[in-house]
Amino acid sequence: MLTDGMAGECQVLGEGTATQATLLSSIPRGHKVGLVDIAEGAPIIKYGVVIGLAAQPIHAGEHVHLHNCRSQYDERSASLRLEDGCPTDTRYE
Amino acid sequence: MNDPITTSEVISQGYLRPDGRKGIRNLVLVVYTVECAKHVAHAIQANEPDTQVIGFPGCYDNEYAIRLILALARHPNVGAVLCVGLGCEYTQPERIAQKVQESGRPAEWFFIQQSGGTATSIEKGKRLVAELHAEAQRRAVRAPFLLSDLTIGCECGGSDFTSGLAGNPVVGRLFDTLVDAGGTAVFEEIVELIGLRDVMVQRAATAEAANQIGASYDKTMEYCRSVRQFSVSPGNFAGGLTTIEEKSLGAFSKSGSRPIQGVVRVAERPPNPGLWLLDSVPDPHFMQFGYTNPNDTEGIVDLVATGAQVVLFVTGRGSVIGGPIAPLVKITGNAETYRNLQGDMDFDASGVLRGNQSLEQASNDLLSLVKQIVNGCPSKPELLGHHEYIIVYKHQSTPTLQRGCRAESAS
Repeated sequence: MLTDGMAGECQVLGEGTATQATLLSSIPRGHKVGLVDIAEGAPIIKYGVVIGLAAQPIHAGEHVHLHNCRSQYDERSASLRLEDGCPTDTRYE
Repeated sequence: MNDPITTSEVISQGYLRPDGRKGIRNLVLVVYTVECAKHVAHAIQANEPDTQVIGFPGCYDNEYAIRLILALARHPNVGAVLCVGLGCEYTQPERIAQKVQESGRPAEWFFIQQSGGTATSIEKGKRLVAELHAEAQRRAVRAPFLLSDLTIGCECGGSDFTSGLAGNPVVGRLFDTLVDAGGTAVFEEIVELIGLRDVMVQRAATAEAANQIGASYDKTMEYCRSVRQFSVSPGNFAGGLTTIEEKSLGAFSKSGSRPIQGVVRVAERPPNPGLWLLDSVPDPHFMQFGYTNPNDTEGIVDLVATGAQVVLFVTGRGSVIGGPIAPLVKITGNAETYRNLQGDMDFDASGVLRGNQSLEQASNDLLSLVKQIVNGCPSKPELLGHHEYIIVYKHQSTPTLQRGCRAESAS
């Protein structure tokens, strides 16, 4: 998202086939939205490259981030807080 | 601002060093050889013009750290060196000074224990710095500085979604221009090139380069898995990047599009011009991988040690660090970050994202800025007095140090 997006219609720029998407929720600037339905475990593709796997089924128009996309390599990826990316697996006492 | 790119253009009068490389600054470098000498070294440097400090905290020496110190002390931007030790440590200031003298630069050294302690050592050090400055000026050989004389390193930190879309691609375009003009470009952070093995190997200039890239990538993946640390942080996540793979794609775009000539290791300089990948990841040895690469500053120091006279730093979220020896130039593709941290940011690449500036225009503007900095104009971190450094214990084997023109300066 180039700007903060509210739920509803938005325009898709770039060279892909999609020109329009319907956001299911508001999505912050710089974050990703699914353009198609993605099954759990399926690859998530950005810039033509796999950037992670769906940690749960993702619907078209849904916010794609820490809660539903996990790294293929980084095992801590699945334990990060959606709101601010902070780790939840480190003990402080 | 859209200067035509001509390879014969004289950007400035550089400082020609005996090894043939040219500097854009003529600094005196104060080097301390143990944490115990750090306070005195910084007090010597305080308020001295064109003087900077680096140092190694450990008492036990480390070959990797010594190679890095020697590469920095004989950097083309350095005209003279003062080494300050406590007097107990393994690392020998005398031997560092000797190597620097052999490179054709004036160098001095002393131990604090033999100089009467803190106050008299600071006084002595300041007197030596003044003498070294005068000697560095006296020995300075000025020579035309061309784009082909330039080595630029690039690192990114505090990345967000703009880094891969604006900041890094603008640098990539500048790297293409630099390489086409016969210059040298170095990008690094293999820990932030995760998932891109095939893409990078395809960009290799030769079969040997492809092998080097593949081997460094495989080591890096093993390292990240072993230390359970992938180079992605809460700030990256908050900035819209979800995984290390996504961050890596953006980071790789700073390499531009030219063939990768091969891999250089820390303290090694590229044996010939073109685009090079810097491997700063520890090699496995008896302490396994040792400590992890700690922060952005280490990457900047490693880039400077390749001989880069200028280092570009692409940030999305914002950063306020500088670097030692080579001017650090801060670039952001995030308009908000540029506004919030304007005193720290050198270049606003956000026009590329808004669509009111082409990559080509932004890259030409950035090149104009780099030329001004080559010509003596301070970058924002330089103006603010930011010269952060860090030298850590690490192990890297050195088979490639005997390669090419490095062999003659490796002794």
